[in-house]
Amino acid sequence: MENSFFIDSQKLSPAALEKKHRLENDPSSRTDHMKYMEGMEIINSDICEKVMSQVKEYDYSKYTARDVIAALEHETCSIEDFKALLSPAAEPYLERMAQKAKAETSKHFGNTVYLFTPLYIANYCENYCVYCGFNCYNDIRRMKLNAEQIDKEMKVIADSGMEEILLLTGESRAKSSIEYIGEACKLARKYFRMVGLEIYPVNTDEYRYLHECGADYVTVFQETYDTDKYETLHLLGHKRVWPYRFDSQERALMGGMRGAGFSALLGLSDFRKDALASALHVYYLQRKYPHAEMSLSCPRLRPIINNDKINPLDVHETQLCQVLCAYRIFMPFVGITVSSRESESFRNGIVKIAATKISAGVSTGIGDHESKYSGKESDGAEGDEQFEIADDRSFERMYKDMSAEGLQPVLNDYLYV
Amino acid sequence: MNNDDKLVLGGKTFSSRFILGSGKYSLSLIEAAINYAGAQIITLAVRRANTKEHENILDYIPDNVTLLPNTSGARNAEEAVRIARLARELGCGDFVKVEIMRDSKYLLPDNNETIKATEILSKEGFIVLPYMYPDLYSARDLVNAGAAAVMPLASPIGSNKGLATKEFIQILIDEIDLPVIVDAGIGRPSQACEAMEMGAAAIMANTALATAGDLPLMASAFNNAIKAGREAYLAKPGRVLTRGASASDPLTGFLRN
Repeated sequence: MENSFFIDSQKLSPAALEKKHRLENDPSSRTDHMKYMEGMEIINSDICEKVMSQVKEYDYSKYTARDVIAALEHETCSIEDFKALLSPAAEPYLERMAQKAKAETSKHFGNTVYLFTPLYIANYCENYCVYCGFNCYNDIRRMKLNAEQIDKEMKVIADSGMEEILLLTGESRAKSSIEYIGEACKLARKYFRMVGLEIYPVNTDEYRYLHECGADYVTVFQETYDTDKYETLHLLGHKRVWPYRFDSQERALMGGMRGAGFSALLGLSDFRKDALASALHVYYLQRKYPHAEMSLSCPRLRPIINNDKINPLDVHETQLCQVLCAYRIFMPFVGITVSSRESESFRNGIVKIAATKISAGVSTGIGDHESKYSGKESDGAEGDEQFEIADDRSFERMYKDMSAEGLQPVLNDYLYV
Repeated sequence: MNNDDKLVLGGKTFSSRFILGSGKYSLSLIEAAINYAGAQIITLAVRRANTKEHENILDYIPDNVTLLPNTSGARNAEEAVRIARLARELGCGDFVKVEIMRDSKYLLPDNNETIKATEILSKEGFIVLPYMYPDLYSARDLVNAGAAAVMPLASPIGSNKGLATKEFIQILIDEIDLPVIVDAGIGRPSQACEAMEMGAAAIMANTALATAGDLPLMASAFNNAIKAGREAYLAKPGRVLTRGASASDPLTGFLRN
């Protein structure tokens, strides 16, 4: 089974539709996804080669129960052990993996769970990524908040008690310039103790500028590390360039950011290989930049506006849990974030095993926090969501629920130094 | 036990030799942990206290307990100094535990940067307790830099592996004229007891309590173990046979004067 991603909006002009169909059906009409576009910085790095050579050779079908048991018994988890834990042979050992993951999580993080919220400030996008609600051919309400609107949204969120924010935009340099994002970071520092960014990949000097504006953490989802599959999903725009995206976190660290977040979007390609690649991406970068704070997340495909059939295929909750446990056992020190794409019951369970950070009070739309938080009718326009969320708990409720699960919610563990 | 046996840090005396961590368990358990541990000093991360929340860790710590703010999050001396100053501004007092890590995986302390930060902060009137890797030269430099104690690690933070660096901690105890507080990696009361028998001045623990099934009970167990170890140290342990039997006739019995 494959997802069927292609949806035609009736609002598209015949010329636009023709171009869209050509991109979808004729690979020769698409640009070379491995070739940098003008203005994209090339850094001297061996990380990609290190990661991808391992991923290429990973044959998870060769691992047996014996390998899995050995991996669970080893005191430190080697890359080979990690590969076994990600393999189908490990599925019958999920409970044991969870027990081991829980022990590692509690050694490194105790019973703490960090809470944050994402704030989408614009949903304009120049890319055609077929699974994403923001894609440039999707007929949604587009919006970009101005400084005053951003300030208002931040105030509403800060008043709810939240102290950490993740700022997001669609991927449009033209609509959401570096300066625009920089100004949003400066505003965010007024209201929040910690500001993270999830925006289009930029060059080192631009990451440095954003760091100076107040951002200290950069998350970039690679979506899939399978370059051939990537090519068939990201048909147009700068996001099409796979290697430039791969080196984003390294450029961010070179630009002075304190931490970086990594992820594949599970359900796009072979999830075991993508999980291996995500973790090795963190592993090798951590060896090169040992001071950096690394985090992983594990989103699965979700339905979007105009296509409610999109789903994560073979990545069920069991497989997701297996991946998260394997991540934790392999890298006990990394933060693991589980987003509101997952259900309340899954998130309540996984924070007791492997996850250390969850979002609350989430909206993936634009400019709708006041109406969502207070129930008050919105007095202005709102932009549509990137994807449907599954867990819509407010900050207040999440705080209570986490405490009731025996966990200590932490709103800030960060200092700008 | 001798009531005059006190731990002295920066001119302040303490009867308890158990320093409690606070970062890995529920805030609501802090008071019980302090009581069961009999602790008079508790560490806290300045970055955690730097919150406008809701629930500030500072509100959960009883007034009669001495705060030992730590500089976790600092990657160099300069950052540690800034965090220490912020701790003072937040009302955490003059004690500071300098923690400087440039490795997010093992969280091992950087002794060189720690020495630099200790020198700056002690000149500013802080009572500086540096977390360190147990290296004799570094410990001597920390003494010269004005530290009030040294805090060598027993094994990596959070590992609960006990006294992996035992031989080196013993060297610090023997050679350094400051209290040696064993910090990080102590997983069980028996390990804490052993460190105290060796002559450690105090023990700091966090994960061992946080990962215990019953936190207050484990705090109490540590308290008892630390006291027992201290008494054993003061009592001067007798001969312990580590291998085989000893000859009943002295080998040197043939000597004539």
